[in-house]
Amino acid sequence: MSAQQDSRPSMGKRIAYPAITLVVLVAVWSGSIHFLRIPDYLLPSPTQVVNAMYVGYVQGAYWPHFFFTLKSVVIGYLAGCTLAIACGILLAESPTFELFVYPYIVALQSMPKIAIAPLVIVWLGFGLESKVVMVALVCFFPLFINTAIGIKQANPQLIDVLRAFGASKAMIFRRVKLPGSAGHIFAGLQIGVVLALIGAVVAEFVASTQGLGHIIKAAAVDMQTNVMFAALISLAVLGVVGSQFLRWLHTRVVFWDRTASTAATQTQSE
Amino acid sequence: MASSGPGTVLEAQGLSLVYQTSRGPVTALQELDAALAPGEFLSVLGPSGCGKSTLLKLAAGLISPTQGRILLEGQAIDGPSGRVGVVFQQPALLPWSTVLENVLVPIRALRRDLAAGRKRALDLLKLVGLAEFATHYPGELSGGMQQRVAIARGLVHEPRILFLDEPFAALDAMTREHMTGELQRIWLATGCSVAFITHSIPEAVFLSDRIVVMSARPGRVVREVKVDLPRPRTIETMADARFNAQCTELRQLFQDLVIFE
Repeated sequence: MSAQQDSRPSMGKRIAYPAITLVVLVAVWSGSIHFLRIPDYLLPSPTQVVNAMYVGYVQGAYWPHFFFTLKSVVIGYLAGCTLAIACGILLAESPTFELFVYPYIVALQSMPKIAIAPLVIVWLGFGLESKVVMVALVCFFPLFINTAIGIKQANPQLIDVLRAFGASKAMIFRRVKLPGSAGHIFAGLQIGVVLALIGAVVAEFVASTQGLGHIIKAAAVDMQTNVMFAALISLAVLGVVGSQFLRWLHTRVVFWDRTASTAATQTQSE
Repeated sequence: MASSGPGTVLEAQGLSLVYQTSRGPVTALQELDAALAPGEFLSVLGPSGCGKSTLLKLAAGLISPTQGRILLEGQAIDGPSGRVGVVFQQPALLPWSTVLENVLVPIRALRRDLAAGRKRALDLLKLVGLAEFATHYPGELSGGMQQRVAIARGLVHEPRILFLDEPFAALDAMTREHMTGELQRIWLATGCSVAFITHSIPEAVFLSDRIVVMSARPGRVVREVKVDLPRPRTIETMADARFNAQCTELRQLFQDLVIFE
C-alpha cells in the first residue's frame, strides 16, 4: 500500500499542473477572441464571464437562483436515494416483489427519464415541487439497480458461515448483505449526484421562474453568453463539490475497501 | 454401528447425498459410515471431489442428506445449531468488522450472553496468538492470521465439535506447516472433538488420532487408519520412522485407488 502512495504525484504537482492547464485554456480563450474577432454574443471573454460572476454572486443577483437549484437537488436527491435504497433492498430480498415489478423496471429503465419532465410540470406546476420530483426520478434508477445488485451479489461464503452458526435472516442481512453492498450503493450515489443536477436543470428548462437552468434559458434569449457561462460554472461547482463530498463519504464509510480484504475481493472477481 | 453409543459425538450412518445438476444427478457421498469420539482428532483424507466439503455442510446443518442420517450426540441434525463450530477453506471474515466482532459472530447469532462471550473471545484470541489484534480489521492481517481468527470464531460458542474444511489449503507452504502445529496446540488446549478435512497426507498423519480415507466420486470410506504417535507431536515427529511409514502406507493406498479407478 505504501508503494502505491509513493507512486502518486505530490500534492504540489496535483495543484500546480491543473492550474497550468487553466492558465493555458484562459490564454487560448481570450487570445482567440482577440485575434479571430469572435463577437461576444457567440463567445464572451473571460473578463465578461468574471464580470457576470461578480454581478451574480458579489452583488447577489444569482443567489436566489443558486439556492433554488441547490434546494431542489438536495431534497430530490435525498428523497430519490432513500426510496431507491429501500426499493433495491425489497427487490433483492423478495423474489415475489421482483416477479411483480421486474418487466416494468426494465421498461422504465430504458426510457429516458428526462422525457417525463413536461408531464411532471403539468402535474406539479412551475415551482419547487416539480423540480424535486424530477431530481428524485432521475436519481432513483441507477441507485435502485445498484442496491439490488449489491445485495444479491453478497459473498455467499460469508452467508454460509453465518448460517452455519445459526444466524437469523435479519442478522445475515445486517451483518453481511448490507455492508457488502455498500460499495455498489456508493457508486449509485455518485452517479446520482450528476444526474440530480441534470434533472433539476431540465425541469427548469421546461418551465420555471427560478434556478440556474432558468438563468441559462433566459440568457439564451438575449444572447447573454457571459451569463450562460457564469451559470454553467456554478453548476459545475455544484457537481464537483457534491461528487467530492460523496467520494470522501465513500472512503469514510466503506473503509474496508482500502484495506482490501483478500477474501472479499477474491470472491467478487470470481 | 446401528445406534450411536455414548462413545461418539458425531456419527454418520449410511449417509448419502445426491446433487441434482443440469447434467443429471451427481452422487457426492455414498453410504458413508463414520464416527467421531469425544475429544478425538479425526481427519477425513481424500482426493478432490470426494465430497469432503459436502460432509462439513451436512454436519453444520446447511444441507440435508438424501439418505441415511447424521447424528450429533445421538440426535439427527436438522439445521444449523450452536453445537458445531466450522472453519472453511477461506477465512470468510467480515471485512467491515473488527477481529473481536468477527469472533463474536456465533455468540450474536445464537443470542448468547455477550459479556461472557467477549471474555471467551479474548481468551481464544490469546490462545491463537492474536491478543493484540482484537481491534484490527481482517484486511490488516495476513492469510494465516485470518485463518486463526476463523478458528477462534469456530470455538467461541464452545461447540462439541470443531469441523475444519481444508483450513490451510489457501496458505503458503511455510505458514501451513506452522499452522498445523498451532492447530494441534489449540486442540490440546481446548480438548474438543475435531473433524479435519484435508488432502494432505503428512498433515493428516501429524494431527490425527484416526484417519478416515475416502475415495472420489462417489465419496465413500475406503479405510480407517489409527495413528498412535505420542503427543504433542513436534517437528521431530515428522522425522520419526513410524510417521514416515504411515505416510508411505497412505500414499500407497491412494496410488492403488487411482490405478483401480
